[in-house]
Amino acid sequence: MNSIFGLLPSILMMVAPILIAAIGGMIAERSGVTNIGLEGLMGFGAFGAATFHALLEPTLPGSVWFALVAAMLIGALFSLIHAYAAISLKADQTVSGTGINLLAIGITVFLCQIIFKQERTEPYKLGMMPGPGGVYPTAYIAIVVLLASWYVLYKRPVGLRLRACGEHPAAAASAGIDVKKYRYLAVLASGALAGLAGGCLVLTQTIQYTNMTINGAGFIALAAVSFGRWTPKGVGGASLLFGTAVALAIYMVNIPSMRSLPPEFFSVMPYVITLVTLVIFSGKDYAPKAVGIPYEKGGS
Amino acid sequence: MSAAASGKDGKGGLKAGFLDAFISSDGAISVFVVLLGFLCGTILILAVGRNPGNMYAALLQTLSGYDITRGVWNARYIGEWFTASLPLILCGLSMGFAARTGLFNIGSEGQYIVGLTAAQFVAIYGPQVPGLHWALALLAGALAGALWGGIVGWLKAKYSVSEVVATIMLNYVAYFLSRYLTRLIPEANTYKTQSFPKTALLSDPFLSQLTNGSRLSIGLYVALACCLIYWFIIERTKLGFELRATGFNKEAARCSGIRVTRSITLSMAIAGAFAGLAGVVVALGSFSYGRVLAGQDGYGFTGIAVALVGNNTAGGTLLSGLLFGMLQSAQPLMQSRMIPKEITQIISGLVVVFISLRAGFKMIIEWRAKRIARERRGERDE
Repeated sequence: MNSIFGLLPSILMMVAPILIAAIGGMIAERSGVTNIGLEGLMGFGAFGAATFHALLEPTLPGSVWFALVAAMLIGALFSLIHAYAAISLKADQTVSGTGINLLAIGITVFLCQIIFKQERTEPYKLGMMPGPGGVYPTAYIAIVVLLASWYVLYKRPVGLRLRACGEHPAAAASAGIDVKKYRYLAVLASGALAGLAGGCLVLTQTIQYTNMTINGAGFIALAAVSFGRWTPKGVGGASLLFGTAVALAIYMVNIPSMRSLPPEFFSVMPYVITLVTLVIFSGKDYAPKAVGIPYEKGGS
Repeated sequence: MSAAASGKDGKGGLKAGFLDAFISSDGAISVFVVLLGFLCGTILILAVGRNPGNMYAALLQTLSGYDITRGVWNARYIGEWFTASLPLILCGLSMGFAARTGLFNIGSEGQYIVGLTAAQFVAIYGPQVPGLHWALALLAGALAGALWGGIVGWLKAKYSVSEVVATIMLNYVAYFLSRYLTRLIPEANTYKTQSFPKTALLSDPFLSQLTNGSRLSIGLYVALACCLIYWFIIERTKLGFELRATGFNKEAARCSGIRVTRSITLSMAIAGAFAGLAGVVVALGSFSYGRVLAGQDGYGFTGIAVALVGNNTAGGTLLSGLLFGMLQSAQPLMQSRMIPKEITQIISGLVVVFISLRAGFKMIIEWRAKRIARERRGERDE
C-alpha cells in the first residue's frame, strides 16, 4: 500500500492534463458542440509549449509559464477552425473534429522539421519543477480549472445561458440568447483548455514534443466527459480514475503485488469502463440534449 | 425596364446554372477540395522557403516511377504506391459503408487492428496448405473485424450508445488487446514474432515481377473485389436498400417494416469486415513476421478522409484511396528532396477540414434558392 502513496505525485502528474482537457470538452459539449478534436488540440498545445520553452529557456527565467500561455493561445486558435465549421457553417462536427486531429500531427511535426531540423522539438534542460511533496504545479492548475468551470457553469448567468444553448437552443434563442456567440465562446474555451492540457503534459511528463507525446490522452479526456456525465464533479472523478489507471500502467512494475497483471490491463481500463457505463446508463440520457446538432436559426 | 431586368436575370441565370451544377455535384466538390488542399500545401512549402517543385517531383515519381532529377525509371515505385493504397481503400470502404447507413465509423482503426491480429495468429498457427492458409487468414481477419464493428452497431441499435464514442474506445481496447495477445506467442519478443510460413503470405510473384520487385500482393485483388462487393450490396440488393433507408430516416424505415436493429448491427459488421481485411492485407502482404504494435498505424483514420473525398461510393473510394496512397507512398521521396514528409498529412487534414465546410456550399445553394424565389415573388406581385 505504501508504494501506492509513493505514486501519488506521478498519478497527479497524469491526472492533471486529462482533467484540464476533459473540462474543456465538457464545456464545449454543454454548449451543444462535440469537440472530438481534443486530441489534436492537445497536440498543438504541447508542441507550442515545448517549442516556446526550448527556445526561451536559456534567456527567460520562468519561461514554463509563458510556454503554458502560448499553449493556450495556440489551442484556442486552432479550435477556431472547428468552431467556424461546426457553428457558422453547420458542418458535421465529427468530421471537422477529425480534420483537426489529422492536421495536428502533420502541422506540428512539419514545424519541428522547419524550426529544429528534426522530427521532434529540441529537448529542454528542465521542464516544470515539482513543488513540495514532488507534486507538480499542474495539479493545482487542474484544481483551479475544475473549480472555475463549476463556478462559471452553475453560479454565473453566462454558464446558465451556455447550458441552455446545449439543451434547447431554440428556447435559449427565444429568450434573447445569442446561441452562436455562446457556442463560439465554449469551443474557444475548450481549445484553450486542451492547449493548456497539452502544455502541462509535455512540460511535466517528457522533455520534448514528438508525434507520440499525446498518444490518446485527448481521447481519454473525451471518455472522461461521457463517464463523468457532463458535470464538473463527475468529470473530475472520472479524470482522477482514468489518470490513475494510466499511471498504474506505467509504474506498476514498482508494485510487487501487481506484477502478475499485464500492463495492458490498466491501459485498457479507461476505455472499457467508459464503454460499460455508457451501456449501463443508456436508459437515462445524461448528455446535453442538443449536443452535436447544428443550430438552425428559425428552425423548429 | 423589364427588358433590362430580364437581361440581367438571363446572364445571372447562366452563371448561376454553372455554379449550381458545380456545387451540387459531389464529385466536382471533391476534386475542388483536393486541389485546394494541394494549393495550401504548396503555399506552405513556399512560406517556409522550400521548393514545391520537389514535392511534385516526388509525387510524379510515385505515380509513374520516373525520377525526373536523375532521369531513371523504376516500376517498383508504382507497385509501392498501389501497396500503400490497398489498406486505405479498404478502410475507406469501411467508413463509407457505415456512413451510407447514417453511422460515423471512427473505429476502422480498431477493426483494422483486430483483423491484423487475427491474421497473424492464423498465419502462425494455421494449416500450412498452399492457397488455403492465406485464404483462412483473410476469412479470420474479416470475421474479427466484423465482430468488432458489429458490437458497436448492436450497442448503438439496442442501447443507443453513441457509435463515435464507442468506436474510439474500442480502438484502444483493440490496440492493447493485440499487444497483449501477440506477446503471449512463445517466440515473440517485445516488438515482433517469428517469421510467417511461406504459405501464409499474400505475396504474388507475378505482380511483384511486373512492378520490379515491389511488395504488391494478392491484396490488390482483395481490394478490387471489395469495391465490387460494396457497390453490389449498396446498389443492387434489398439489404443495401434497407441499410440506406435506415440511414435516411430510422423511424420511417422502422414503420415500413425494416428491422432497424438488424440493419444497424449488420451495417457496422460489414464495415468492420472491410477494415479487418485491410489489416490482413497489411499483415500478410507487407510484412513477413507478426508485429507487436507499438502505435496505431493510422490507416483507419486516413480511411475517414478517403471515404469523405470518395463520397462513400465504391468508385470514388477507389480513386481517393489511390490519391491518399500516393501521398503516403511519396513521403520518403519527399523527405530525401528536403520537403518535410508531414506535408502529406497536412494536405490530408486540410482536405477533411475543407470537406467539412461542404455544408457551407449547401448553405450557398439554399440562400440562392431563397433569393431567386423572393425575386420571382417580387415579379409576380408587380
